Formats: sequence, C-alpha cells, structure tokens
Amino acid sequence: MKRPPSVKTIAKGVEPLAEVLWEDQEPLPPPFDKADTEPGFKRLTEKAGQTLVVLDDTIALNIPVPESKEQEEKLVNGFISGLRKSISAEDNWTFLQPFMLSLEHCAKCQTCSDSCHIYLESGRNPLYRPTYRSEILRRIYLKYIKGKSRWHHGDIDLNWKTVTRLIELSYRCNICRRCAQTCPIGCDNALMAREIRKIASQEMGIAPKELHENGSVLQLKVGSSTGMNSLVVKDNVDFIDEDTSEITGIEVHTPFDKKGAEILLVHNAGEIMAWPENVGSFSLIFQQAGLDWCMSSEAPAYDGINYGVFYDDVQFARTAVRHAKVAAELGVKKIVIAECGHANKALTVIADRLLTGDINVPRENAIVLLRDIVCSGKLKLDPSRNDFPVTLHDPCNMVRLMGIVKPQRDILEAILPPGRFREMEPHGVHNFCCGGGSGFAIMSGHNFADWRHHVSGRRKFRQILEAFKDEPMDPEHPKYVCAPCSNCKGQIRDIFAYYGATKKAGLHYGGLVELIVNAMVDVKPGYINFEDEM
Amino acid sequence: MSIVLYIVAYAAIVVFFGAVLLRVVFWTKMPAHVRWELYPVAHEGKKASYGGSYLEEPEWWTKQRHVSLWAEAKAMFIEIVFLAALWEHNRKMWFRSFPFHFGLYLIISATGVMVFASLLALVWPAAIASWFGGLLQVVTIVLGFAGMVLSLFGAAGLIHRRLTDEDLRDFTSASDIFNLLFFVGAFGLAFITWIAIDHDFSLVSYFVYNLVSFKMAAIPVHGTGAALFGLTIISLSALLAYIPMTHMSHFVGKYFAYHSIRWNDAPNLKNGKEEEEIEGLLTLPVSWSAEHIGGDGKKSWAQVATEEVKK
Ligand code: SF4
Ligand code: SF4
Ligand code: SF4
Repeated sequence: MKRPPSVKTIAKGVEPLAEVLWEDQEPLPPPFDKADTEPGFKRLTEKAGQTLVVLDDTIALNIPVPESKEQEEKLVNGFISGLRKSISAEDNWTFLQPFMLSLEHCAKCQTCSDSCHIYLESGRNPLYRPTYRSEILRRIYLKYIKGKSRWHHGDIDLNWKTVTRLIELSYRCNICRRCAQTCPIGCDNALMAREIRKIASQEMGIAPKELHENGSVLQLKVGSSTGMNSLVVKDNVDFIDEDTSEITGIEVHTPFDKKGAEILLVHNAGEIMAWPENVGSFSLIFQQAGLDWCMSSEAPAYDGINYGVFYDDVQFARTAVRHAKVAAELGVKKIVIAECGHANKALTVIADRLLTGDINVPRENAIVLLRDIVCSGKLKLDPSRNDFPVTLHDPCNMVRLMGIVKPQRDILEAILPPGRFREMEPHGVHNFCCGGGSGFAIMSGHNFADWRHHVSGRRKFRQILEAFKDEPMDPEHPKYVCAPCSNCKGQIRDIFAYYGATKKAGLHYGGLVELIVNAMVDVKPGYINFEDEM
Repeated sequence: MSIVLYIVAYAAIVVFFGAVLLRVVFWTKMPAHVRWELYPVAHEGKKASYGGSYLEEPEWWTKQRHVSLWAEAKAMFIEIVFLAALWEHNRKMWFRSFPFHFGLYLIISATGVMVFASLLALVWPAAIASWFGGLLQVVTIVLGFAGMVLSLFGAAGLIHRRLTDEDLRDFTSASDIFNLLFFVGAFGLAFITWIAIDHDFSLVSYFVYNLVSFKMAAIPVHGTGAALFGLTIISLSALLAYIPMTHMSHFVGKYFAYHSIRWNDAPNLKNGKEEEEIEGLLTLPVSWSAEHIGGDGKKSWAQVATEEVKK
C-alpha cells in the first residue's frame, strides 16, 4: 500500500499520495471473497495524471495543474481568503460556531478513525482518516491565520499542492457524520470537509461539475438537475400513472398544482427518471388512502434535491427558499418529502433557520405519513406477498441526522411476514453510509465510480452480504435491500451492477413504498418483479 | 516568602476563571447557526434510546415538544465523569484518559472540600473542631491522594501512547507532549511534597484556608520543606493558569458542542422566538467572491438567496 507518511506530505511532490490495493483491503464476505470475484479497479489515465491535480487513485474535481507562478498564487490566496471568510460571522454565520468548535478543539485521539467506512475499507490508509484533512486545515488556520508557532500545532507548508489536494480530499468524505458521533469532544470532521468544500466553491469557484453546473445551477435554471422542465415532468408522471394503473389494476392519477391542497409531495426528480415505480407507488398509496395532495409543476418544486447541502451554503439557501415559496404560493398545509434523505434533511432541518414568515411551511418526512397510513388500516395489506428476505438501509441523512428511525421499521413489521426482516449491523443512527453520500452517488468522472464502489461503498456492500449470510446466495433466492433514499438507491444500484450482485447472488434493491404496494391486496400480485431486474 | 505564594495562587485563580469566562463569552456570543444536530439527542427522552426524534411524529409542529433536561443532565454527567464516548469507541485510550481526567476531578473535589472546610472554619469554628472537621480532613486526604496517583498514571500513559502509537504520533505536536509533561511535573512535585512533608494535607489545607479567608498567614514550614512546598504551589498555579490558554480548554468547547450543536434541535416555528433572530442574520452582508455568488460585501444573505439567477 502506498500511504502518505505524514500530514505534511500533502505539500510535497506531485505524484499520488495513496493507492488502495486489493491486497490491503479486508476481503468481502462470500461469494465475493476471492480476488477474481472483484472487478478490477480502473486506473487514472496518464494524461489525467499529468494535467490535473492528483491526490490518490481518482479525481473528483478536475483542477488543472497551475502553469505559472501567478496561477499558483491565485490558488493559495483564494483559499486563504475563503478561510478568512469562513471564520467571519457575516460570511459564515450559518456554520460559524460548529466550525470554530471543530477547528479549535480536536484532541487528536483518533477515536473517530475507526468509525469511518472509507478509512476502514481503504485498508486503513491514513489519507482517509477523518482527521487527516481536518488537521491540515487546522494547521493552516493556526499558522497562517492566527500566526501561532508550529510548536503549538505542528507544521504545514502552504502551497498550491496543499490547497488543491486538500480540496480534492474533501471529496473523499461522505459527510455522513458517523465519525462525529464517536468524538469524545464533539468535533465534527464531516463539517470540516464541508467547510473546505464551501471555501472552494464559494470563494474559488471550484466544485464538482456534477454538483454545481449540472446540479444546483441547472436546478435553479430549469427546475431540476435532471434537466426536466415543468412540461416534461408532467408528461413523465402521466406515463408513470398509466404504467402504474396497468401493472396494479387500479386507475392512478397524480394531481398537480392543486391550490389549497393539504399536502405538497416533493420527490427527488431522479426517481421519475430512474425509479418510476417509486413515484407510481406514492401516487397509488396517497390516492388509495384518500389524502388531499398534489405535486407541483412549478420549478424547482418538482425536484426536491438540494445539492447545495453538500458543498455551498448560497446555492443551498437559494434552492430551499424556492422550494418553500412554491409551497407557500400553493397554500398547502405541509410539504411532504418523499424517499430522499438529503432532500428531507435539507428542507426540514438545515433550511429550518433560513425560512421565515410565509415561507416557513411545515415539512414532514413521507415515511412518517406512510406509517400512519399503513398502521391506520386504510390499506388492505397482505404481508405474505412480500415473502422474501428484506434488509433495511438507513440513509444517514434521514436517520443519524434527523432521528427518523422507527417509522420505517413499524411499516416493515406490518408489511412483511414474520421472520423475513433482518437488520444490518450496525443499523439505525449508527449505520454506515452507503458510500454515495454528499454527492458521490451522482459523480463518476474519470474512474470516480470505481473508487466509490471499491472504497466508499464497500462497507455497505459488506453489510448487505452479512445481513443475508444465512440465505442461499444465488439468483434463485431473491433478497431485497430496502433503501428509502434516492441517493442511496443510486449507489446501491451501481454497487450491485459493479459486482454483478443481482445475477450472482440474487440481490435486489428498491424503496419502501414499492414493498407497501406489493403487499396491497387490491393490487394485482407481483408488483415487485424480480425477474425483470435480472 | 509565603506572601509570594499567595499572590501567585490568587493570580492563577483570576487568570483561570477569567480565561474560562472569556471562552464562555466567546462561544455564547457567536451568532445562531443553522441546525446541525446529530442523533441520538439526549433530551428526546424515551426516543433517545434508539436515536429517534420528534420528527418521527406526524405533524410534529402541532405537538408539544418534550425536552427532558433530566435526560440531558444524565447523559452529560455520564459523559463528563466516565468519558463514555471514549469507553465505547476507543478503549485503549480510555484506560489512560479516564484515570487522567477522573484524577483531575478528584483533585478538584479535594480542593472543593478544603475550600468548604475553610469557609466552615470561618463561620462555625466549632464544627471544624469536632469529628466533622476530622472527617473532612480524611475525605481530603483520600480524594487528594487518589486524584494525584490516577492523574499521574493517566498522564504518563497518555505521553507513552502519544509517542509510541503510530496513529497518534503524526498528529502530536510538541505542545501536546509539553502539556502532559506539565501535568506530570506539577502533580509529581505535589506527590513528593505530600510524601515528604504533608501526608495529612494539613499544610495545603492551611494554605487554602488562608487563601479563602484572605489572611495570608505564613506557612509553618522551613528549609527544604518550604522550598518544596513553594515550588509545588507555584507549579500548580502555573498549570491552573495555563490550562485555559491551550486546547485543554476543550471542557468549555465540549459543553457547547453538545448543547448548541449536537443536541440543538429546536425548531423554528412560525412567529416563534427564533424567527426574529434569523431575520436579523439574513440581513448580514455576503462577500464570497465566486462568480455564482458575486458577494460585494453589500448584498445581504436574503438578497443573495432570493435574487434571480442567470438563466
Ligand atoms: S475529531 Fe474527536 S475523535 Fe477525532 S481525533 Fe479529534 S478529538 Fe479525537
Ligand atoms: S463523515 Fe463519514 S465519510 Fe466523512 S470522515 Fe466521517 S465517517 Fe468518514
Ligand atoms: S447517500 Fe445515503 S447513506 Fe450515504 S450519506 Fe447520503 S443518505 Fe447517508
């Protein structure tokens, strides 16, 4: 294994600081426990390695290697200027206190390291320690902003390599905050990664294309990062209604823009494109439960995503305010956010202290409402229709960061036959991230997707395999990973495809509402069709 | 000579409490931040056992929120006294860090008992002359002795681990080692003083009594003993004043990290008290200079968040 010998190495050389090799990693459980059962890890092209800033095996950001002294200085000055703003009450009131606490108080005990799936699955490469990037930022802050001696804090050289690699390194963290849970002092290395991303984006204009140009910028321009405008969304949902009606035998109609409706349902628009059955299931359940609800065709409220939450407070605030405004104009009583972890956290928790007055429309997580529906007896349910093993992935954003833990379990208990549910270990608020968090699930430039499967997503895959360890691992015995979050679903889909897990081990994934519809007595049997997915 | 010791001790106490107070003010005066809670949140009561929150309730904004301060206090107590997070997630470190911290608590408690006894001696001398005074002395000796031994053991263990553990070494600065050595030195000296001249803690109790009563009478010790006692008082005072100047002031930060971040889940309800403060914060100017923001130091957060974006 190639490991960076120390924190100070970040400032030196131009070659990769770390390399993750299969030999260094703990083998996966069967049937993926042999080297030849794992796909090869695509390596960076030579050209990328020469023209772009390189940190390790992959590249998230495409920062060109500076060609002149001026360019080098611009990078360093931009970073320092951003760091100064991030400790100012005006420019960073949003996170000032949490940031300063983490910046000033780490005891460097490394307790957090063992909680990080990326560090663990890299074969404990120090580059991926939760504290590695935080310590560099802290040393820069203490030495170059506070002017403290290196005796005090340890040394760091500040040059373009330090700055650009640090920014790149902030995209090797899922911001899942599992490490923060274990810190005896309450420091938050996830927040530190996010603050580095903010400095890069808000001051230097550096952010992954998938999150910025094709993400939050596109959403603010046309309404959705999928590029769908209002008409396309409505058309697509019409198709979904038709399909759902045909498959389920129940006429489904999704209402749009109903003034004064009780509920505005907001999906992650990725569902409309990639998992239409999720959107169809919601429409069917809400309709059959007799709710007064609608979706919006007003930009950007037909797409609940808010990528700003991953890297940029301004883009975040812009999106959240627009979401809330649409709801206020429709006059709905509440916004219900469907199966998307970050969309839920963004609008309900993080945006909470940004939305005031009329646009402070109450927000509710869809799973809470679904539990009410399922447990109220409004739907006739037959759990025996879900007679296959099911495990549950806890999306960090919804669980660790919102405390929504039990409703999804109550639902599963009501719609699965006894003995079919198995928890992953650990689960609930102590779960591991799927490895697609903080935007990774939609990032796949160069070989980033390979890194995401091979390193950040490996723990989740391990957990899934372990959850089903007592089941026959073959395609004849379908096993279902319930992941009530679009981002996580995207990541799990990609991991399964990468490892050929569906064909080889009978692993399938999907949301929670699909399982509910599959158990509905009034629906034609076989709503979840494992054969189609093979 | 004794007078110098009193002055040094008073100065250290003033510096310590002054610096801690400044730290508290520093953290308290920070603007409200966006919510960034992390579950489990202790005050959620029963739900805290599995990490649940009030957001699990349908239409949570219509319900009365139950904030169990008792549960918070209990969680805080367990965390502070037993270093529960470290026990759970880093056992190796706990075996060093716990004795170190717990030893400090015992030393603080011993000091507390001595202060209490001094006050009692001032207002009710008969009580101190009775068996109760004897009991307080025994408690002081037990707490003080156990505290010194545990802290010394813990601090030495922490130094050893910092220097030998590969995971920690790279992150350890010279000041981290110095800080621990300072503890070892000061407590080591106190330990020697205790063995050599003060095993019933009478000298130090007398010193504390004089501090509390502002009598500042001479300490009845001479020669080498006086030098040893003087050195101990000076080094303990220096340590006391030094702690809040370093990242060891994390005991203040930790309180805020838990109370105003991890457990701060107070929702911003319509017309609630948070709204007014937030509206003020939204008028602050933005100067982030990336192109998509174009903060000029004049546009406010509210303007930046609501302005038309280029199509
Ligand atoms: S962040 Fe917390 S757990 Fe991690 S090294 Fe620092 S003090 Fe220890
Ligand atoms: S937030 Fe998650 S991914 Fe990032 S360092 Fe912490 S545990 Fe690792
Ligand atoms: S992608 Fe899913 S599991 Fe990963 S951080 Fe986001 S919500 Fe958590």
